[in-house]
Amino acid sequence: MKLHFFHLMPYRFLPDDFTEKHRSVWVDVDSNLFDPAKGHQIYNENLDELELASELGFDGICVNEHHQNAYGLMPSPNLMAASLARRTRDSALVVLGNSLALYNPPTRVAEEFAMLDCLSGGRLVAGFPVGTSMDTNFCYGQTPATLREKYQEAHDLVMQAWTRPEVFAFNGKYTQLRYVNIWPRPVQKPHPPVWIPGGGSIETWQWVAERDYMYSYLSYFGHQRGLNVMKGYWDEVERQGKEKNPYRAGFLQFIAVSESEAQAEKDYAEHAEYFYNRCLRVYPGFADAPGYRTMATVRAGLKAQFERQTQQAAAGALTWKNFVDQGYILAGSPESVAQQLEEAARALHVGHMMVLLQFGSMPPDLVRKNTELFAKEVMPRVRPVFDEYEDRWWIKPLPSEQRMRPQGSLEPAGTPAGGGP
Amino acid sequence: MENQSVSLHDGECNVDLLQGGSGDPLLFLHGSGGVRRGPYLDLLAQKFTVYAPSHPGFGKSDGLEKVDDIIDLALFYHDLMDELGLASAHVLGHSLGGMLAAELAALCEHRVRRLVLTNPVGLWRDDEPVADFFSMTPNEYINHMLHDPDAPGMKELFATPGNPDEVMEQMYERLQAFSAAGKFLWPIPDKGLRRRIHRIKAPTLLIWGQSDRLVPPSYAEDFRSRIADSRVVIMAESAHVPMLEKPEEFVSLVTDFLNE
Repeated sequence: MKLHFFHLMPYRFLPDDFTEKHRSVWVDVDSNLFDPAKGHQIYNENLDELELASELGFDGICVNEHHQNAYGLMPSPNLMAASLARRTRDSALVVLGNSLALYNPPTRVAEEFAMLDCLSGGRLVAGFPVGTSMDTNFCYGQTPATLREKYQEAHDLVMQAWTRPEVFAFNGKYTQLRYVNIWPRPVQKPHPPVWIPGGGSIETWQWVAERDYMYSYLSYFGHQRGLNVMKGYWDEVERQGKEKNPYRAGFLQFIAVSESEAQAEKDYAEHAEYFYNRCLRVYPGFADAPGYRTMATVRAGLKAQFERQTQQAAAGALTWKNFVDQGYILAGSPESVAQQLEEAARALHVGHMMVLLQFGSMPPDLVRKNTELFAKEVMPRVRPVFDEYEDRWWIKPLPSEQRMRPQGSLEPAGTPAGGGP
Repeated sequence: MENQSVSLHDGECNVDLLQGGSGDPLLFLHGSGGVRRGPYLDLLAQKFTVYAPSHPGFGKSDGLEKVDDIIDLALFYHDLMDELGLASAHVLGHSLGGMLAAELAALCEHRVRRLVLTNPVGLWRDDEPVADFFSMTPNEYINHMLHDPDAPGMKELFATPGNPDEVMEQMYERLQAFSAAGKFLWPIPDKGLRRRIHRIKAPTLLIWGQSDRLVPPSYAEDFRSRIADSRVVIMAESAHVPMLEKPEEFVSLVTDFLNE
């Protein structure tokens, strides 16, 4: 299986009394809590962490899009991916992704992803989430009832912009363009692999399977709770008569590796509690705008499940024991984590495992420890899983010898053109 | 009052319609919560022939996907009036339905005889924004909507059912209604009425519950100053749903005005 290093880029300096004094980490989170100097620090630390993961041999490094959110400082994951494209060599740049309905016109996404694919020599994985209700409806003002229709139209436009060689007109309900003809075009043909992050909507399973895309369930609640959603997806794949190839699925899993289970708790418990209790404090009114989920999905009873999760997370009573017992976090020695991860991957039937090795308030030295232990001692143990399947949802980069590396500046520093001040 | 289904556009849209009473025709246009049952409908039906349709996407009415914005919806009601054989009618609109009634009257002056807008949305002022009821939890919503949630009758109207299946049904209905309302009001209920409201020629009565915390009563003056023949009545001890909170007083105001 393939292993990807996922980063949420959380703000790790929320105050201890955050849950008492603030109703939400998202949408209307208090801007006074953000210190730009700390922002500078976090971006640079987090990019270092992603670059380290690439050096240590992770198959992909993943960034994602959130808005007005204190646990996700990436309104533009493309900016992060652009920086990473220059500083990494072989890893896939997994952008999970651009919420298509938020870009006007959506050809902007086709253009920026094509830029990233050219810049990285064909290492881009193109993620197209619908986006959460908080991001799309509340922060970006999209009408819930028409969000999915707008998303699907934007998807059609982006795919045509990538694959049609001629100049064409696009007469959509949400976007009208007389001349679509993007420059540059992606390196990967016919287009970069498309991964669709989803939250368990019935319609998304169907839509993804029909198009032969890859489905990623980005849950914060671990493999045990993920089983239901992944089963729904696999049932749909089977219903459509498609191959049950594990590489058509991805899953996000929190991981905490240390010398032992006891040491893992010592190392990571406070940072996990920071994440689940502070970062997931979302005002319930923002969790799910009316119309964001279709009535079919709501009726399927999934809403109750999501609400339980949100409420439980918001209750603030979760501790390390909950996280480990319920599988939110796979923790322990490398042997133990490898075994748990293999079991989880097989149960979920997921070939693309995205692991979150930085979570909550975890500082760089601890992220390095977790990442190195995972890369050196867990990864080799679990990589052979699913070797018998072909991964048709993977990048097709230019040959290594054709891919450019950054060259140092040719000009001596300190002599600005046109004379100095 | 009796339920019937009216088919429009060769069966593409089916409107669930509550109809009853006798007298001049009165079209009641409901707000974001759907047609709320209460004594006010029967009281109105004692004086008028009341038509209370559910908008597309609300209750048992379908066809929301055929209607993209508030103007489409207003034109949809022109079609429904044609189908019902109503060349013109009195129109009473509440909240979202008030915005809709104002658009209906602005689009064509001959259709609306006299107009009553109660706690309408449709205008926006930065100094006193309309509350974001879409993001409210059910309890917050009720507290914003009612002058006194503990007043007699209110508990019965807004009670949470005891049976879990009924609770789920109530939740689904609210979600469905708000989802449909969002199509016309998200994220800010200001969709251009300001540019069209001056076209309203019908004599207009604005009724506002004094304690409305969803759409503050100060908006009454914004409407009044833009509609030529209009006046305002502020109802004490009422909030966003005066027809439910004070049905007798509400119906008597409406009846007196429509019979002038």
